Amino acid sequence: MSPRILLLIALPVLAAAAAWRSRSMRVQLWVLLGTALIHAGTVGSLWLDLPRPAPGAIVGVDALGLLVLTLASVLFLASALYSIPYLTEGTHDEPSAPLRYAPLLLLFLGAMSLVTLSRNLALMWAAVEATTLASAPLIYFYRRPGSLEAAWKYLLICSVGIALALLGTFFLGVASAGPDGRGSGLGIDDLLRVAPQLDHRWLRAAFVLALVGYGTKMGLAPLHTWLPDAHGQSPSPVSALLSGALLNCALLGILRFHAINAAAGDPGISGQMLLVLGFASLLVGTASLLGQRDYKRLLAYSSVENMGVIAIGIGFGGSATYGGLLHLVNHSLAKGALFLLSCNVLRAYGTTSSERVRGARRRIPLSAALLGVAVFAMGGSPPFGPFVSEVTIFFDAMRRGAPWIGVAFVALLGVAFVAMAGAMFPMLQGDDAGCPKVMARRSLRHQLLAVGPPAVLLAIVLVLGVRVPRAIDAILRGAAAILGGSS
Amino acid sequence: MSAVADLLLALLILVGLYMVSTSRLHACVRASALQGILLGLLPIALRWANGIVPLDLPVVTLAAGAIAIKAIAIPRLLVRSIREAGVRREVEPMVSLHGSILGAAVLIGLAFWLGERMVLPFPVGSKLLVPAAISNVLLGFLIVVARRKAITQVVGYLALENGVFVFGLALARQQPILVELSVLLDVLVGVFVMGIAIHHISRTFDHLDTDALASLRE
Repeated sequence: MSPRILLLIALPVLAAAAAWRSRSMRVQLWVLLGTALIHAGTVGSLWLDLPRPAPGAIVGVDALGLLVLTLASVLFLASALYSIPYLTEGTHDEPSAPLRYAPLLLLFLGAMSLVTLSRNLALMWAAVEATTLASAPLIYFYRRPGSLEAAWKYLLICSVGIALALLGTFFLGVASAGPDGRGSGLGIDDLLRVAPQLDHRWLRAAFVLALVGYGTKMGLAPLHTWLPDAHGQSPSPVSALLSGALLNCALLGILRFHAINAAAGDPGISGQMLLVLGFASLLVGTASLLGQRDYKRLLAYSSVENMGVIAIGIGFGGSATYGGLLHLVNHSLAKGALFLLSCNVLRAYGTTSSERVRGARRRIPLSAALLGVAVFAMGGSPPFGPFVSEVTIFFDAMRRGAPWIGVAFVALLGVAFVAMAGAMFPMLQGDDAGCPKVMARRSLRHQLLAVGPPAVLLAIVLVLGVRVPRAIDAILRGAAAILGGSS
Repeated sequence: MSAVADLLLALLILVGLYMVSTSRLHACVRASALQGILLGLLPIALRWANGIVPLDLPVVTLAAGAIAIKAIAIPRLLVRSIREAGVRREVEPMVSLHGSILGAAVLIGLAFWLGERMVLPFPVGSKLLVPAAISNVLLGFLIVVARRKAITQVVGYLALENGVFVFGLALARQQPILVELSVLLDVLVGVFVMGIAIHHISRTFDHLDTDALASLRE
């Protein structure tokens, strides 16, 4: 077991305990930031040399896990930086227990790290459930009936959903078992090795349960009902993590099963099921964007839509797998930036209604400009990353002799962009005279921390749109190969 | 001796049915605790039925863990929630009790039908294992959907989770004990967090109907 991998899981948990003991917000924020920096640094060192997975170990890292882990770590760092002005200046609403914020956020990071580093499917399940438990109290950060409702729905629906994923996990164990009841166990490497001998019926049933179970947590339609509530009600730095990092972790659960199906020589069935749920999510997400008047819920529904795009890319297989994974990266970074920037709007206006916010260009010029850029980036306009990933998936769909699928895909993306821009751009323009005003004077350092992290995330999205750097390209290719797709 | 294992699994289904049919919250929680005891005894009984020495360290740990968590710790948490909230029974369920019992009968039939088709490729000591597991998953789902009180919904989630746990016992020969225990621990923490949420719900809304939790919609 590599010490670095152990550090990635244990450090956030220990830091959470340390933060819990100190009853000072100042100390907690330092612990939060320090952990985020060490975590990101350790993940960075994994990029330089990937430790070879030890067969039989229950934790380890591969290209796919590293991709999801890196996104979680980067977004966590951005959220931790943003949390400093967010928590010290006071927020627009009354927090229920502000001293629980940092410890829970750190536990959340530890659970997400364990999801990405698990080499055993049952352990991964336990880690996914742990992410739910660590993040649910964060959704109820503000003492509002609405956020309580969101937290309860999230807890119950996701717990019930992923209980089914556990059943699917056990089905895989049955699929590998011989007449004496001995089998490969639930280690991912063992299952991949014996994949061709797996019983196909149990394998398919396992994939269906995993897709439904982890799909609930990933926000695939029609299992997404809790998502807009949870992402809309939680504090924005948490929303950024829920949308940008946690949804990826749930997707990783599905992808582990998909990879085993692919290794078993049966990728078609699982791919088709991903395609169906992917299109359902794209359709439902886009339809819900239309006429949405709460800009945080708007961003949440956009996540449903984008999870659909990723599922479609991976469902197609072949070179679209690469496109789907690239879109995973793009969506995380852009959506993280969008949630943090929208939080700047919320803190300046005190409302999440997009109709009561006007003239952000004058009141918060820098955030407003970045928000405009981020909407373009997320909407799939060149020269940003989502454009490249969506075009990759589109070309693959056209090449496969399924032109109507490609056309429907692009048409829905177009509608989604118009819906999002239609709600967001009026917020930036116009006269802010009639709008609620809650902004207090802010220090330069705090303004920098509120604008810097989303600006850096957007800059990475821009780089990915111009040219995917070689290191990222290699990891994406490695991850696509695990899923049986070519690059 | 597979008779003992058969008996435990049959009781598990009956207790699940009882949970669907009762409206008293205390009875529901007691039934859930009873399921916890049955779950604890089951791994030992299954080993006995398979002709293996029924007791060794991992299996005793698992049995003790299941009973400690599912029959003692979780029911205590739930009873405390009921006391704090001051509710005693499920008054107006989404689906009437008669309707739920009818639904439960259909679901149990479905579970046995599925159990006929999904034959495990190896002997597990009882033919009832798969039907009992699927029955509890389906009945748990029914309780979550058909009841309004937050506590009853948690009991439903537990029944569902118990069904999954029973199925997991089929993998006793290839599953490290650590994994089963971490799943148990997750469920315990899960119910603990749900208990806190219930506490806040009863304070905020003055009752436990999750109907009140329906302001967030388009």
